[in-house]
Amino acid sequence: MTRYQARAIGASRRFGSLNALDGIDLDISAGEILGLLGPNGAGKTTLLNLLTGLRAPDSGRVELFGGDPRQPRNRQRLGTTPQETGLPDTLRVAEIVEFVAKHYPKPLPVDELLERFGLSELAREQAGSLSGGQQRRLSAALAFAGDPGLVVLDEPTTGLDVAARDSLWEALRHHNRRGTTVLLTSHYLAEVEALAERIVVMDRGRVLADGPQREIKSRVRTSTVTVRGELPELPGVVRSELRDGAHRLLTHDSDRLVRDLVRSGVDFEDLTVTGTSLEEAFTALTSTGNRTDETAGRRA
Amino acid sequence: MSTIPLYTRYQFRETIRIPMAALGTLAFPTLFMLLFVVSNRSVSGNTAAATEAAGQMSLFAVISAFVFNLGAGVAEDRAKTWHAYLRTLPAGPMAQLGGRVCNALCFALLSLVPVGLAAMLLTEAEASVIELGTTLFALILAGVPFAFLGLTVGYSMPLKAAIPTVQLILFPLAFAGGLFLPPSLFPDWLDATSNVLPTRAARELVLGALTGGGPPLTALSIAVGWTVALGTLAVFTFRRDEGRRFR
Repeated sequence: MTRYQARAIGASRRFGSLNALDGIDLDISAGEILGLLGPNGAGKTTLLNLLTGLRAPDSGRVELFGGDPRQPRNRQRLGTTPQETGLPDTLRVAEIVEFVAKHYPKPLPVDELLERFGLSELAREQAGSLSGGQQRRLSAALAFAGDPGLVVLDEPTTGLDVAARDSLWEALRHHNRRGTTVLLTSHYLAEVEALAERIVVMDRGRVLADGPQREIKSRVRTSTVTVRGELPELPGVVRSELRDGAHRLLTHDSDRLVRDLVRSGVDFEDLTVTGTSLEEAFTALTSTGNRTDETAGRRA
Repeated sequence: MSTIPLYTRYQFRETIRIPMAALGTLAFPTLFMLLFVVSNRSVSGNTAAATEAAGQMSLFAVISAFVFNLGAGVAEDRAKTWHAYLRTLPAGPMAQLGGRVCNALCFALLSLVPVGLAAMLLTEAEASVIELGTTLFALILAGVPFAFLGLTVGYSMPLKAAIPTVQLILFPLAFAGGLFLPPSLFPDWLDATSNVLPTRAARELVLGALTGGGPPLTALSIAVGWTVALGTLAVFTFRRDEGRRFR
């Protein structure tokens, strides 16, 4: 047995002239919740497609439970979701769940799954008559139909209302406690922050950062200084914006920024210093100013 | 392999619940049967002519079920993200394809019911049980090149193009192959052209079985030729599509 649920080893994939993945290395260990972050076009979906066997890498390797994900038998412990609006309209909710469950050697009981995802009442409804949020819930439920060892979710919260999102998160935590590994991508960074212990940041087909959430945040070490007033030009500000009449200044050294602000002698009020949210860390990591020279060079 | 029945069952359920899809498959052959055969006393009242016409219509029913189901069905599958999702389940690509083909076969058999009933109840057509058995066998076999044709269309174009393309191919081919009117009514030039068409070859095979005459060898070799050609094309378009979407 391999200790990795899924791996990418120097995996590259091109689409025409586009380098969607550029020598990615990634190990996903049993039992973790991994959040994959990156802007559109970063290569997240391509990476998931390789790991779930939809595509093959041009060079390098991907493994799923120690084997080739392109082989159906290696996908017996994998759970994924269809993309939005992709469900067969005329099939009933319970039928769809049953159909998917029948692919797996030891599926979860259909009733239990429907119950967990709040779909019991809708079991007899045709998928086409469900609301967008209900369809998303059904899609998410399908990932768990086979009682998988690894669940891969691509932007699972898109189109979910808050209640549905919370119950999805609850289901993810529940299955994770029972040993299911979770790999998810999201644009809702605050949400990944609430769920994922480990975070991988991708851009332009490469891994920019990979580590425990805390470490990723400390790597960029940015703080946000919020203050009201007429501000002079201040050194060390990575990014500034005006929100609700208050300046939000992103900086690597908040102590120095506050000292500079006091020394400048201007009037200010409501000064607060807050730690980095993942969203800000992410912005700092992927914004052009923080790119490594190597990455910038590759673009040319 | 055990997944093919599963896919067939769900695809059949999925299709049959779309009234137009189910009706379309059954309505055309039934309508044509009533229009061209039953309402025409000189055909329906004459045993030989009615039997021949019923055979032609049965073949049309099978061919249109194959071409529509596979042409439009596969094109629709390819457009849906659901079918990419199915590829992440522990089943190979053959499960979907096999299910599609079996689903088309179910619809083909289903479409034979109203045509057969109309022939039996409303015309003087006659055939022995053995002849009916061999005819059914001949119908499915003669339908194979058209299944390939459907797959070729389905794998090579989007749904919006697939439906008109199928119609554009099916109806002229059916007419010129003698499925609506017997070729004995054709002018010479049309009869000559007709002889090399896959529909005409299939017609001769089916009528050979229905009238107990056995398969005419020329028609058989033409049918085999079309089967090989269209089969090759279907495999080529399938592989090309797989390469674009799943390599």
